[in-house]
Amino acid sequence: MQALWQLNGDDGWIIAAGVLCAVAAALLGNFMVLRRMSLLGDAISHAVLPGLAVAFLISHSRSSLPMFLGAVAVGVLTALLTEWIRGIGRVDEGASMGVVFTSLFALGLVLIVQAADRVHLDAGCVFYGAIETTPQDMVSLAGLEIPRTFITLGGVALINGLFVLSFFKELKLSSFDPALATTSGFHAGLMHYLLMILVAVTAVASFEAVGSILVVAMLVVPPAAAYMLTDKLSRMVVLSMVLAAAAAVLGHVAAMVVPRWFGYRSTTTASMMAVMAGVILFLAVAFSPRHGVLVRLVRRRLLAWSILADDVVALLYRMGERGGIGSTTAAGLRETLLADRFSLAVVLWWLRGKQLVEQAGNVYRLGVEGTVRAQSLVRSHRLWEQYLVEEAGVSAERIHDKAERFEHFTDPGLRQELSAATHAPQVDPHGSPIPQEQGGRP
Amino acid sequence: MQLVGRFVRAQLARHAFIRGKPVGDLFSLPFTLFVRRSFKFFLCFLGISVTLWFQYAATANAAPLETPQVRSTLTDRSVTWPTSEQWRRVLLLRDYNTRVVVLGTTLLGCAAGMVGSFTLLRKRALMGDALSHATLPGIALAFMVATALGLNGKSLPVLLLGATVTGLLGVGTILLIRNLTRLKEDTALGAVLSVYFGAGAALMGVVQQMKGGHAAGLEGFITGKTASMVARDAQLIGAAALISMGACLLLFKELKLLCFDEGFAGSRGLPVVRLDLALMGLVVIVTIVGLQAVGLVLMIALLVIPAAAARFWTEDMRGMAIISSLLGAAGGMLGSALSGLFSKLPSGAMIVLVCAAFFGVSMVFGTARGILVRLVRRTRLNRAIDRQHLLRALYEAAEVAGPYGGEPHPQAISVSVRDLLDRRSWSASRLDRTIRQAERAQLVVRLEDDVRLTSQGLTEAARLTRQHRLWELYLITHADIAPSKVDRDADAIEHVLEPGIVAELEALLIRSYPDIPASPHELRTTGAHGPH
Repeated sequence: MQALWQLNGDDGWIIAAGVLCAVAAALLGNFMVLRRMSLLGDAISHAVLPGLAVAFLISHSRSSLPMFLGAVAVGVLTALLTEWIRGIGRVDEGASMGVVFTSLFALGLVLIVQAADRVHLDAGCVFYGAIETTPQDMVSLAGLEIPRTFITLGGVALINGLFVLSFFKELKLSSFDPALATTSGFHAGLMHYLLMILVAVTAVASFEAVGSILVVAMLVVPPAAAYMLTDKLSRMVVLSMVLAAAAAVLGHVAAMVVPRWFGYRSTTTASMMAVMAGVILFLAVAFSPRHGVLVRLVRRRLLAWSILADDVVALLYRMGERGGIGSTTAAGLRETLLADRFSLAVVLWWLRGKQLVEQAGNVYRLGVEGTVRAQSLVRSHRLWEQYLVEEAGVSAERIHDKAERFEHFTDPGLRQELSAATHAPQVDPHGSPIPQEQGGRP
Repeated sequence: MQLVGRFVRAQLARHAFIRGKPVGDLFSLPFTLFVRRSFKFFLCFLGISVTLWFQYAATANAAPLETPQVRSTLTDRSVTWPTSEQWRRVLLLRDYNTRVVVLGTTLLGCAAGMVGSFTLLRKRALMGDALSHATLPGIALAFMVATALGLNGKSLPVLLLGATVTGLLGVGTILLIRNLTRLKEDTALGAVLSVYFGAGAALMGVVQQMKGGHAAGLEGFITGKTASMVARDAQLIGAAALISMGACLLLFKELKLLCFDEGFAGSRGLPVVRLDLALMGLVVIVTIVGLQAVGLVLMIALLVIPAAAARFWTEDMRGMAIISSLLGAAGGMLGSALSGLFSKLPSGAMIVLVCAAFFGVSMVFGTARGILVRLVRRTRLNRAIDRQHLLRALYEAAEVAGPYGGEPHPQAISVSVRDLLDRRSWSASRLDRTIRQAERAQLVVRLEDDVRLTSQGLTEAARLTRQHRLWELYLITHADIAPSKVDRDADAIEHVLEPGIVAELEALLIRSYPDIPASPHELRTTGAHGPH
């Protein structure tokens, strides 16, 4: 943790550059994810290679502007070609993307080899980036020393932000329903290509500074995490920006801290930012309150247990109804309810805690509270059976399973309506008595 | 001779009947027949040639005939045209180096093409992309672990093992994300790709600092190092290629079902998830042996491009698998040969570019789904429709103008071109072209500005008009559509009504119409001439 205290101004600039890049990419990424084009960022960032090479071969300089323009042009070309091959050749979108970007990348490699003696176009540099060198290239702006990268990425982030803000409605509509967007009078295709151009600009601007891997990760991963967390687009956009920024900050810290645990110095910042974004996505996938995998799993488990608890209580009540004893051992319960040992133990522990069930030796029987609960359950069950036979015309052999399912989700109000609908019966279709409503209600 | 002709025609007709295609569309027939007959032969041929080739490579391994070519320096930017001696050496595979490289890339292309054709149809073309990125952390980790254990970290089996583990992990993650969450497949691919690659890059950053590491060999996995392939690499590729192709062939039927109709495959009791995993496993095998040969990005190309190109040539799964592996093999062979000829062309990239060229050619000229074929097909259909419209227009014009108390004698009646022009929204030139074509088919006769049906044309026109009106009657009586609106609907469908459907229509309309029913709506009555 010592490393944390060693953060200085340089680290501040590195983090700032990372955050700007992450936010700029995540902003656009939301719409890419929603349009199922997540991989286009990857494709564009690979395919710009020939653009860089051609721009160099034409201009014979490594100055930024021609390279930038060449790369953006090829980036947009990638999107266009993908769309074109998909449309005219009727090739699956993923395949057409694969054909286009690998071919362009190969072309770029060939061109670069031709230019290799004059220019240092290192593929590794393009992939990993050199975010660590951010503070070494300062320009002065309004009296302040600011890294060049910071200005470039800030500009890109600003443009992307303005784009999303001003076309939010259009982007939203064209992402969810392009046909409706077109019929309501604005061009969904135009939005698509504007988005593509901005993705290309973002990817290229971020290249030298932070490497393509960070852009590709930030285009997909934070928006995906945000998508797991919310259902509202505006919230998703904001959330994805926050998560992207968090990933960038954590990434830089992790790049310095984590390798030290294993006795190494530090590792590349940009790649750790991508990894941190992955960690955030993992957390979102696992623990998202509504859509999280673990949360859903736990919720389902809890529901299963509450149903099992209901079943235990109702079973004890029915046994009491029939034979008068109304008690059984845990083994007996397990056998009758087909429950596994662990679930039953949890459920019985909970029931005892709520005093719904009393334990005497190894025998369980209903407590006072339990009897009330059981009566309303059994009442629900039998009212449903009556209702199914009388109102829905289901034959008497098939009603039990349905009633068994409904009884857990039936509240007093519904029971009252069921009772009214079936003319307040005293016995169910099988001839068992229907218990009266408890708890002071008639 | 006659007998042969009859046999061929019968074959053609049978084929057309089976495939439900119009007989006119038979560009691809000879090839498809060939494919169907020779599938097994092809496999035998493949196996034998690979084995022979192995022998060849092995002998070369024992006694290399010549030293590998010396490459020109990097400062030389001119592309020198190879001498005839170089041509000969490369084409006849005289150099040990060339031979190994060509062999390895050919086999790799072959295997990738076959596996790729399944993943393409499964709409998983970019799975290879994510997977090959996901191998990077495995390579770095394997190196670190092996070095920590005191083994040689750069030994190929160790690195490939690491790559396989994280590659499979990546595939598993993708499938889990896709199946368990609301995220879509493309997002899962993109996320896994970038995060795993990020992890790989981070680990590489650490590896660079390791003593004796420098990891020079590891970088080769990203960019590929085709030129430095040795016989052992080629043999590894060959073994992996044979395994994966063999598995593809063994599971051919199952994989085919999986690709075309997952739900149906499941309902037939096939283990869909396990088959899916098997397919992904094959992709992993091919990708991992290919990584060090052509590099990460170019491996994706070999998995996608030959398969996508093959799709243009055939509608048959077997045909596609064969064409795809042939294209992949040819791409590998030509690409590496070109790279051997021109010293400044990197072989991995050349292989991809050759494949891309194949793709371009296939997309335009492919006999099953190529652009040209589809264009020809559409033009032909449009012309047939135009001709049918012309015939019906002639018939109706004549019917209206019929002099014998409504009894049509259309053959005796000429209709002016201007009248025809008014009857439909077609341009004068289109109408003119249609008339000329109909004239050539001896359906109409043209006399200056008038057009008249021939007896053959009359039969056809009567049939068409009848179909049109039966459909109109059907729409009026059974679909409750206003008589003024049925014309346009019937117009669209009359061209595709088959005799069976016409018979059904008659049955539905209870009354059978032996002749042509009268039009249920008013016909346009611009003047046609009476008989001359």
